[in-house]
Amino acid sequence: MSAVSPIAFAWRTLRRDLRTGELRALLVALVVAVAAVTAVGFFTDRVKQGMAAQAGELLAADLVVVARHPLAEPLLQQAAGLNLTVTESTTFRSVVMANDQVQLAEVKAVEAGYPLRGRLLIADAPFGAGSPVSGPPAPGSVWVEQQLLQRLRLAVGDSLELGALSVRVAGVVAYEPDRGGDLFSIGPRVMMNRADLAATELIGTGSLVEYRLLLAGANSTLAAFQQAVTPQLGRGERIQTVRDARPELRAALERADRFLGLAALVSVLLAGVAVATAARRYSQRHLDTAAVLRCLGAPQRFVLHSFVLGVVWLAWVGWALGAGVGFAAQALLAQIIGSLFAASLPAPSALPLLHGLVVAMATAAGFGLPPLLRLREVPPLRVLRRDLLPLPPRAVTVYGVAALVLLALMAWQAADLKLTAIVFGGTLAALLLLVVAGRGLVAALTPLRRQVGVAWRFGIGSLARRPGTTVIQLTGFGLGIMVLLLLSLVRSDLLAGWRDSLPPDAPNQFLINLQPEQVDPLAALFKEAGRPAPHLYPMLRGRLVAIDGHPVTPEQFAEGRPRRLAEREFNLSFMAERPHHNRLVAGHWWAPTATEEWSVEEGIAEALGIGMGSTLTFNIAGEERTGRVTSLRAVQWDSFEVNFFVVGPPAQFAGFTPAYITSFHQPATEGTFLAELVRRFPNITLIDVAAIMERVRAVMDRVTWAVQFVFGFTLLAGLTVLYAAIQASQEERQREAALLRTLGARHRQVLAAFAAEFLTLGLLAGLLASVGASGVGWVLAEQVFNLEFGWDPRIWWWGILGGTLGIGAAGLLGSRAVLSHPPLWTLRRY
Amino acid sequence: MLTILDGVSLAIQQGEAVAVVGASGSGKSTLLGLLAGLDLPSSGQVLLDGTDLATLDEDGRAQLRARLLGFVFQSFQLLPSLTALENVMLPLELSGRAGQAREEAQRLLQRVGLASRCGHLPHQLSGGEQQRVAIARAFATGPRLLLADEPTGNLDAHTGERVVELLFSLNAEHGTTLVLVTHDQTLAAHCHRRLELEAGQLVAG
Repeated sequence: MSAVSPIAFAWRTLRRDLRTGELRALLVALVVAVAAVTAVGFFTDRVKQGMAAQAGELLAADLVVVARHPLAEPLLQQAAGLNLTVTESTTFRSVVMANDQVQLAEVKAVEAGYPLRGRLLIADAPFGAGSPVSGPPAPGSVWVEQQLLQRLRLAVGDSLELGALSVRVAGVVAYEPDRGGDLFSIGPRVMMNRADLAATELIGTGSLVEYRLLLAGANSTLAAFQQAVTPQLGRGERIQTVRDARPELRAALERADRFLGLAALVSVLLAGVAVATAARRYSQRHLDTAAVLRCLGAPQRFVLHSFVLGVVWLAWVGWALGAGVGFAAQALLAQIIGSLFAASLPAPSALPLLHGLVVAMATAAGFGLPPLLRLREVPPLRVLRRDLLPLPPRAVTVYGVAALVLLALMAWQAADLKLTAIVFGGTLAALLLLVVAGRGLVAALTPLRRQVGVAWRFGIGSLARRPGTTVIQLTGFGLGIMVLLLLSLVRSDLLAGWRDSLPPDAPNQFLINLQPEQVDPLAALFKEAGRPAPHLYPMLRGRLVAIDGHPVTPEQFAEGRPRRLAEREFNLSFMAERPHHNRLVAGHWWAPTATEEWSVEEGIAEALGIGMGSTLTFNIAGEERTGRVTSLRAVQWDSFEVNFFVVGPPAQFAGFTPAYITSFHQPATEGTFLAELVRRFPNITLIDVAAIMERVRAVMDRVTWAVQFVFGFTLLAGLTVLYAAIQASQEERQREAALLRTLGARHRQVLAAFAAEFLTLGLLAGLLASVGASGVGWVLAEQVFNLEFGWDPRIWWWGILGGTLGIGAAGLLGSRAVLSHPPLWTLRRY
Repeated sequence: MLTILDGVSLAIQQGEAVAVVGASGSGKSTLLGLLAGLDLPSSGQVLLDGTDLATLDEDGRAQLRARLLGFVFQSFQLLPSLTALENVMLPLELSGRAGQAREEAQRLLQRVGLASRCGHLPHQLSGGEQQRVAIARAFATGPRLLLADEPTGNLDAHTGERVVELLFSLNAEHGTTLVLVTHDQTLAAHCHRRLELEAGQLVAG
């Protein structure tokens, strides 16, 4: 017996099975599964790279190394060695002088090549549109922001003193791609040529200078550089990507990333559902084969090995076909949307191919093998007595193995543990719900049968007669619909969130440093211009000196964001009412009479280890104010509204004189209002973020497109999977229908019987899927996407109607064979 | 516990053709299953070619089957995804004679009159044709004992007769011992000996 190799035998059997269509359902499921996973993988990979490139414009580079001291020579050589395009810039604060006036400015010295990404716009006069330039201003000249001209009463062409150097103002900075940073704590920009730096004699030991190395190049090269350099970084050196640089984009990009991760998860889940349903059918069909093989003298081991190897061979074939389909699908998709990105989409990496292979092997083995293991126990006597079935395996073993395989795959695909845990947990809960409901359905249908007509009795009877199949089908359909609903739910929340955060009239001007006596005149000016007066927020600067009575030192915090946050001064504000664009995530808003309380933004609270009930002490202009944290707020940083990390009740700030800050929308067409504003309130600082917002909006538009396309693609894959799942269970129905027709049932009656069965299944699956999707969607919105969750009734309509009609229609469509062939054909075939 | 066979004692000699007859549920199929080592008796002994089946494990019995036995079933039991030729080749491939499997299978199919249907799948064949393929498969490994379970049970009288003729002439050519379970008295009359089972007991033989 051992003479024939199970490998060869399995391959021969597979070829024969493939030829006769025996494996069609399982193969289709595998191909769809692999195609979905690889296509989503290829595509999200490319879109992520594309998004990063687009966002790079806001960093003026793809990657920046920031240091507190001149960058070491080896670092520069490393970048040059990798063929990356580089340019250096140096920024520091300094006073500039002109007309006997002094003004603190943010000086930036740049050299040839700047900016590497995006465009620098320089205008001839204040409030001009500007035209793109490249490289630094000519030696001996500078470009400045209009506030500086206003403060120092200068015009283009005048000179100013920058340290020991006298320079000529050659233009006005209209848009600087990487201006960003903390918008409220900076002076106006002075951009100079790096060659003049030494002559200013401003940079000495102890001065606070930021050295930046801007890099641009291919993604893989940048990644290699980042990997090589990160371990070498010393104190005060860090790598900055666009996510660190722009909080409003970080939020959007991270959510988009997570959405793409969710889409990948959904594709894995769908793959699992498809393969699980099809594999069950496959193993049932093989019960007889196993019995015959054993009768013919094949040992158990041989039967088992050849079936296991059959699954492995099948997985290879499914992978090869699926990866081909997946690659073609994403290439087509990239063709369609590639033009939406500024640059062409980068080439896909090969990693999704490996993902696809693992998905094929793991789903085929995870779902296909446990039922096949039963085959080993098929009593050979089955060939004589059809009623003998092997004992069913313990459910825990089968589903435990499959669930672990899925979990591992999901975690790998999504690369986000929290997201994976929530989706997986939700899926398990839904699975339980579906199994219980399936059992309940079978029990509830039995009394119902007596009260309905023949077609419904047969349809419903089919469900009750095969409780195992019914439960599995209901579970498969329910999970499939649920993950698709979930994806669409999160997608619409995500898009709505972005739309709401950046409406066309979102504030695009920040006005800071308004004095208390100017509050009323400012309101009057807005009224004169026929505009609504903007909401003014008082602002004070304070340093966090103690948490729970323990003094705060920057060193006690982790390197990176937490330490930087602890090092700098906070912008504090006070207010009686909660700002409408902030959401409380813990605690409650204070009473009007409250005194010693704080409300803290949740992100900074987490970074600094502050919780509800923590006591914080701030030093404001030499005086200490202490209070307890009584609420945590979620802040939409991408909204361009005025937001504060820490706010307190008005009484907390009694005795201080605050400056005021506001943001408002300035239509592009009305240039004179800003000039008038600056003329009447010369001390204020006006920061124009319209250009930055335009860029943010452009990036978000691309991301939105990407999300929509990936969603559509996953939806399509999901529908194919559901169709394949219906196909996989079609044979038994066909045989019964052929019997019905033999007994004289008309086409219409057979169709009605199918419809009864599928509509019942679809209705229940849709209903339960809606419950599951709403529940998981809620947790995801709260925990992962930081979005306000809206109970969307449309989900229920889509789930129930879509489930009922979709599964009903697909079921009927799949049953055409029964009606298009004579009953004898069906009876003899199965 | 249900007693299906009780006090059945019999010996079958090399080259004999034995018919087991009896009503439905009299234990015919169970007896056949025991003879083939597809199941073990709860008490008693089955000796096949001198070997006590109870001393072998499942795989040992499977090996013995592969070496000694051929099967013909009432419901044919052809593998649906294999062609007629491949079905006949299967036992040869399983016993490690893949090299000569094709030639031998073709010869046997020719012998049963199906040379022209080699490439057909079971569902493309009539019942009689399927049973002829099954008979060719049963003889492929040159078994010493052929077990047939209602070989004509699913066939009309005329087709059944032709299948029986074929079965007996092949049996004669190969000098195989034949045990067949049947309802069909004409078929039973072809055999050297008739065993009648009634409620699990041997009443004539």
